[in-house]
Amino acid sequence: MCDTCGCNITPGNREFAYRLAADGTRAVTVLQRLLAENDKTAAHNRAHFDRRGVLAVNLMSSPGAGKTRLLEATIDALRGEAAIAVVEGDLETDNDAARIRAKGAPAVQITTGSACHLDAAMVHDALHQIGLDGIDLLFIENVGNLVCPASFDLGQHRNVVLLSVTEGDDKPAKYPVMFRVADSVLLTKTDLLPLLDDFDPARTEAYLRDLASAAPLLPLSAKQGGGLDGWLAWLRRELAAQRARWRHGETTHPAAASGDTRQRALDAGRPASSPS
Amino acid sequence: MHELSLCQALLDQVDSVARQHGAVAVHRISLSIGPLSGVEPDLLAHAYALAKAGTVAENAELELARSPVTVQCADCGAETDVAPNRLRCGVCGANRVALVRGDELLLTRVEMTAGTSREGANHV
Repeated sequence: MCDTCGCNITPGNREFAYRLAADGTRAVTVLQRLLAENDKTAAHNRAHFDRRGVLAVNLMSSPGAGKTRLLEATIDALRGEAAIAVVEGDLETDNDAARIRAKGAPAVQITTGSACHLDAAMVHDALHQIGLDGIDLLFIENVGNLVCPASFDLGQHRNVVLLSVTEGDDKPAKYPVMFRVADSVLLTKTDLLPLLDDFDPARTEAYLRDLASAAPLLPLSAKQGGGLDGWLAWLRRELAAQRARWRHGETTHPAAASGDTRQRALDAGRPASSPS
Repeated sequence: MHELSLCQALLDQVDSVARQHGAVAVHRISLSIGPLSGVEPDLLAHAYALAKAGTVAENAELELARSPVTVQCADCGAETDVAPNRLRCGVCGANRVALVRGDELLLTRVEMTAGTSREGANHV
């Protein structure tokens, strides 16, 4: 997609493209994504991952849904099988990065100050502080927020959204932008389900399907260990798929990425140093 | 509140368009925003009022066009406008649909007063 030949004019925006300006002014049709600059950096990040065969997963949820606890359990479960590194996003403190390091995995903390989301440039800066050699799986733990992080491509291959059972089963209907972009939805803290008689996982799944989403809904309790197998199996499949893409010099993007992101992922083409 | 950082990106793009066309002032900026872009048009308008100060778009009006969410059904082929949290075919109810529009966040148009015109900038 370019900004010059008109190929970016779609049924959705055609009406804006052709309209005369008032006398004495010049009107220019632009049709450029507002986040074009962010997307460029995200594509750069994705190429960086692809050159090394690293699978990048963006973890998103509300604050306190259990992202860091999930990562701790995942690092333990995949020890000796997959090398994991983590980029942690929070408004303040490096508590979460410290928890990850305590598990023996490299972690970089991004403190965003007042920013409610990570963007591709923040992740790019963090990547300069973390060596990806020998790493199989990079988790980007986004700022806890079910709204803003959904709009920013970071260069990840997959989006994982966590929903803890204490939050209510209708969250996919209330936050469609976030849940629509999920490649996998994890229902966390299921050990608390017996105490919450008004949370119905079937209702969560129905709302998720209403978003035209085929993402699996995987219930688990990272604290008690229950249900981790489904999540680990999903991760292993994704790791294997990323290794296969690496061999063929291919890349991928989250399933519900915007049209522009899809195009950029395709444009990225064959990574420069794919293995023979 | 990511609308402020979006405004920054918007103003950077407008500035670059204005420079490209040798414009001395920008009068109107048009955006197309879909409900599934995750951006709240009203918040964006508020943030824009703050962010435009001191830029080439200081006196420019922001025109926000809200697009509907339109899906095309893979089963029956119908194209229907739907609610952002119910992406099912409006005709047959299937959820095997492709999004036609509704997630865009586009700078569609910039109106400006040109200064000394340059070759190749003749998009009027």
